[in-house]
Amino acid sequence: MTLLLFLAQTIRIAVPYLFAAAGGALAERAGIVSLSLEGYMLGGAFGAAIGAYYGESAWIGVMAGVAVGFVLAGMHAVGTIRFKADQIVTGIAINLFAVGITRFLLQLAFDSSSNSPRVVGFGADNVGGALALASNPLVWVGVVVMPALAFVVYRTTFGLRVRAVGEHPDAAASVGVPVNRVRYAAVLGSGMLAALGGAYLALDQHQFTDSMTAGRGFIALAAVIFGRWDPARAGLACLLFAGAETLQIRLQAAQLVPSQFVAMIPYVLTIVAVAGVVGRSVPPSALGRTSE
Amino acid sequence: MSGHTGAFAEPTPVPDATARAMRRRAALEEALLPPLVALAVILVAGDLLILAYGEAPGAVWRLLAEGTWGNAYGIGQVLYKATTLTCTGLAVAFALRAGLFNIGAEGQLAAGGFGAALAGLALPAGTPSLVAIVICVGAAALCGGAVGAVPGVLRARFGAHEVIVTIMMNFIVLALLNYVVAAKLHVPETLHTPTIRAGAVPRLASSIEAFHGSAASWTIVIVAAAVIGVAWYLFRTRAGFELRAVGLQPAAAEYGGVNVPRAWRNALMLSGAIAGLGGVNYVLGYKGYYEDGFAGGAGFLGIAVALVGRNHPLGVVIAALFFATLSQGGLAINAMVPKQMVDVLQGIVILAVAAAVPEVRRLVRQAARR
Repeated sequence: MTLLLFLAQTIRIAVPYLFAAAGGALAERAGIVSLSLEGYMLGGAFGAAIGAYYGESAWIGVMAGVAVGFVLAGMHAVGTIRFKADQIVTGIAINLFAVGITRFLLQLAFDSSSNSPRVVGFGADNVGGALALASNPLVWVGVVVMPALAFVVYRTTFGLRVRAVGEHPDAAASVGVPVNRVRYAAVLGSGMLAALGGAYLALDQHQFTDSMTAGRGFIALAAVIFGRWDPARAGLACLLFAGAETLQIRLQAAQLVPSQFVAMIPYVLTIVAVAGVVGRSVPPSALGRTSE
Repeated sequence: MSGHTGAFAEPTPVPDATARAMRRRAALEEALLPPLVALAVILVAGDLLILAYGEAPGAVWRLLAEGTWGNAYGIGQVLYKATTLTCTGLAVAFALRAGLFNIGAEGQLAAGGFGAALAGLALPAGTPSLVAIVICVGAAALCGGAVGAVPGVLRARFGAHEVIVTIMMNFIVLALLNYVVAAKLHVPETLHTPTIRAGAVPRLASSIEAFHGSAASWTIVIVAAAVIGVAWYLFRTRAGFELRAVGLQPAAAEYGGVNVPRAWRNALMLSGAIAGLGGVNYVLGYKGYYEDGFAGGAGFLGIAVALVGRNHPLGVVIAALFFATLSQGGLAINAMVPKQMVDVLQGIVILAVAAAVPEVRRLVRQAARR
């Protein structure tokens, strides 16, 4: 029973990471740096709260959240692909913009600087624990998102094109792959996926709170890098990071390790991975470069 | 890169004077373009946001101007914010000159502030002010530099990408500082350290009465000296020349005898030290203690400052003043429009400048070719 609870809590924590990391893996495999996952998630969470509040339905919330992710990713895509803006700078700008616009609109819509009113979520309120988790359709989508992405990336024409434009855009262009169009699709997809993670958060907590994603987009990015830009490995990294967090919450009473040190685990592992101490993590070769 | 292709495309020799004039014009365009784009975008996007909130843009802008540059208190607040932003912007610009992207200024700034506070707590209360300040400032640079050294060494030794390492370092450093302050060093019921015993820098208001109440302090002088020092290092020393050469063409620099990995390591280490220096503004000049979360995004905004300031020390100062004005202006207009408006504007400005600069440069190049 304890194991089941542990697993349930791990999955609950992992779902937003899985969505955002799937988005990150998709865009980065196409050669576009995804520092903006955090912004997409925050936008998705806000959109979900607004949609669920005014539409009085969790599904409308999900759709609104995904739409916000689409718009934010569109800004990133147009900036980096059409205008060849620096991908890192653009990503950070999207994050700052997402924080600002959600705060501004929170004030505008609900006259609050901290949180939205309570909104509907998925599942029945009176069931707790693993049952509530199982009644949330986003959890099921989250669990299969990485296997699905792995299938798309490795087994479909689109996936082949994504990998081609991420590794050798010039070679891809020379055989007729519409490089920019593939990149637009990948970035827009990444925005919608990461926004789903944000929507899950807002609907799970039944409200939007200021900066509620709290760095989860960067943990997802860490999972992508730690997982060597491979969907399956990135998914496992998400589960690993979520498991560490769960362990921390479970052991909080025992005070064995300060929570701050557990929080560092994903970041330290990622640095170790890129430094190549154990199995070097190498990015797609055209990552960050927009071809002329 | 673009400059070389241009030279090959025009085989006819250009008279020296004309070439120099053209270069100067290009440099001027390069320098003026980002701030102009930023200003235009702020006016347009700001108008839209203000109208969305149902206020009159003219009145809000007037309030913003009055609350920032319209009185001594406002000016003091802008100067205070610009002092920190100058350090983080300069840190990002410095690393970019070596072709490296330091996204870790946020953590380096916090580490620097913590180092200054630690030194100020460790020194005996009677330490002569000048000695104490020098030690505290040195401690800030040392701590920021230590944080910057991690991505520097990993880049030099293992080729680890500095963007990823600096991002991760932000979280690690902030968590570590949070642990140290929360578990070991805080004043009960708060998340800040005790007040430093030595090393406090007087406020501007202590000598100029008009600044009364504003946070600006004489740390401005320390930071101004850092700006001059960085400009001198970059443009007048051999090491600075090598650093810029590595940034422009690592392969060519290596062929010319530069130790490229060492230049990378030094660039990120010094970049971290510069960001760390910014911590003295809050710790020594304003509060007198280190508080968890005092960096509050100034490290990330440093990227915007470097971008708009075109990685030039003087440009960085101007850009820092620009973003500080915006930030203080948000507080000034809060009665009419939510101050969160300036958060939105900051994001839009960075996006617009990042997108517009390469685009306009491309258009200019196209027009020149015709």
